[in-house]
Amino acid sequence: MDTIKSQQVTFKVFRFNEETDYLPYYNTYTLDVTHEEVVLDILNRIKWDHDGSLSYRRSCRHGICGVCSIKVNGKGILACKSRLFDLVDVFGSELVIEPLSTKRVIKDLIIDKKDFWDKHAAVKPYLVSDIVEHPASEHLVSPHDAEKLLEADYCIQCGACHYSCPALAINEEFIGPAAFAAAYRFSADVRDDASLERLHIVNGEAQGVWDCVKCMECAEVCPKEVNPIEKITKLHNMVFEANIAKNNVATRHAVGFAHSIEKHGLLDEGELVRYSEGNIGVLKHVPVALKMFAKGKIVLPWNMPKADKLDEIKKLIKSSSTVKF
Amino acid sequence: MEKLKYALFTGCTAKESTPEQMMSTLAVAKKLGIELVELTEASCCGASHLQDYDDFLSLVLNARNIAYAENHGLTMVTICNTCQLNTAMTKHRLDHNAELKAKVNAKLAEVGLEYKGTSQITHFLYAIIDDFGLDKIKEMVTTPLSQFNIAPFYGCHNIRPSELQNESHKSPESAYKPTSLDDLIVACGGVNVDYEEKNKCCGFHAELQAPRTAAILTGNAVAGAMDANADWMVTPCPLCHLKLDTQTHHASIAIGREVSLPVLHMQQMVGLALGCTPAELGLNHHVTKVDFV
Ligand code: SF4
Ligand code: SF4
Ligand code: SF4
Ligand code: FES
Repeated sequence: MDTIKSQQVTFKVFRFNEETDYLPYYNTYTLDVTHEEVVLDILNRIKWDHDGSLSYRRSCRHGICGVCSIKVNGKGILACKSRLFDLVDVFGSELVIEPLSTKRVIKDLIIDKKDFWDKHAAVKPYLVSDIVEHPASEHLVSPHDAEKLLEADYCIQCGACHYSCPALAINEEFIGPAAFAAAYRFSADVRDDASLERLHIVNGEAQGVWDCVKCMECAEVCPKEVNPIEKITKLHNMVFEANIAKNNVATRHAVGFAHSIEKHGLLDEGELVRYSEGNIGVLKHVPVALKMFAKGKIVLPWNMPKADKLDEIKKLIKSSSTVKF
Repeated sequence: MEKLKYALFTGCTAKESTPEQMMSTLAVAKKLGIELVELTEASCCGASHLQDYDDFLSLVLNARNIAYAENHGLTMVTICNTCQLNTAMTKHRLDHNAELKAKVNAKLAEVGLEYKGTSQITHFLYAIIDDFGLDKIKEMVTTPLSQFNIAPFYGCHNIRPSELQNESHKSPESAYKPTSLDDLIVACGGVNVDYEEKNKCCGFHAELQAPRTAAILTGNAVAGAMDANADWMVTPCPLCHLKLDTQTHHASIAIGREVSLPVLHMQQMVGLALGCTPAELGLNHHVTKVDFV
């Protein structure tokens, strides 16, 4: 790749000024791009050589401050960290430059991140601990304990995951991947005393971890490899371990898998829905279930298939289970 | 070419709500001369939910499934995106963490098994593309799907996280601009349709917990394919299939617009192009009628 030193790329850049524009529009620029340039270099060149009114955020230019995050062809990136040639490799030589969220634009690529910061603040993203005012020595965290954070502390609050999360785009109450990662980061810290409080927050209905659709986009998009969905899974686990899981459709849905596997080795799909929803809640699924039944898509309880060597599975469930509900 | 042979991990859906997926998998494998040894001992992979309740138990059960593929000395082939992700994720975690692997193996030893890490895990879609080859598929097509605009629906758990997924692919797939399923459509003689939702989530995994979110995601996906003039959709994931095929009533209400398209499993599409009959492919098992054959 590096044998090609420069190439022509067309940039369609999102423009909108909250104060003067009724609708957003796009400006197109065709530029020669060199192989060492990152997206931020291009934004600078457009601003300095073509249109001084183009607005975007930049500061550290080192992938540390988190302000330069935007979207290129729908992919959330840090402008200062993403090489043009890597993007052209995937998307071709026409790149669409947009803000992280077109709904929240103030001007051009600058968005109002208030909702992001509000969600962040809501999970108490700081250590809660009784401080000894005059400690005899430093309060050290062992490397083993530091590893428990799973690098959640690498988050730079760029918002790329938050504004790419489909669950959040629909359900505005949803706390979102970045704030969940922060909730995990502090709850997993051995010095912290507010873990239970935070778990109650992330366990809430509509706002909590249960509304994640498990699309894995937050893991994909994060420029710092924070892997928020991994932390969301951890929070689920911590909710069960702390024994604060409410008895509701979401928790029963997770637990139902263990019951079903113990009985059949396989998932009993119908029973999972009944167990999760309860005998009354399940009724709302009857119309679809009837249509499915008519097409041979429902296995009746007495025909439920079983895995071979079910005794092995039962034995492993007995010996390997680590939580109770 | 040496005959391709894999250990087939069917997952639960193929045995229950998507019998057509099992039928079409076997029909296509037969046409292509691929031998599938079914892992009848395998348990459910936990479908990305068991791990929320008990992560260690989920690891042990998935490691057990892989151990059976290893005992056959075969690559494991999955036919469900979520099975693929759960199983490949288990493999990745055990292969990169000796301590965890030892803990899991201590449990597996109780039933006389061991996870070694010797089997690869790949989805049938990628087995076809990487191992069998699209050129050979093209040569074998007897009924080109040339009159159809086909909308690929990739399904999250085959393309994200791409770093993990690409561990088992010959050529890397981008999560933002995936091409494998598009290429397969073209190899079958069809016209691949581009639309924004093709790499987005169908909402399946939150259907019970967050029904409104799930319904809107389904609605958006089908609407996107319809607006791009698709005649039908195709997916490698039976869970996406269930969502898109059986849930469009709720989805239509949620997005305030009537949406519905026939949805085929990836195997059914290949089967049609290779001359399998609709009955062999179980096309009568769909809720949204497949009305074009
Ligand atoms: S995995 Fe969950 S939190 Fe992450 S982007 Fe998807 S829905 Fe959002
Ligand atoms: S988790 Fe990653 S993508 Fe999300 S805000 Fe933090 S650094 Fe950005
Ligand atoms: S799109 Fe939905 S059902 Fe399909 S693989 Fe992704 S999460 Fe699963
Ligand atoms: S300018 Fe600071 S992260 Fe890009």
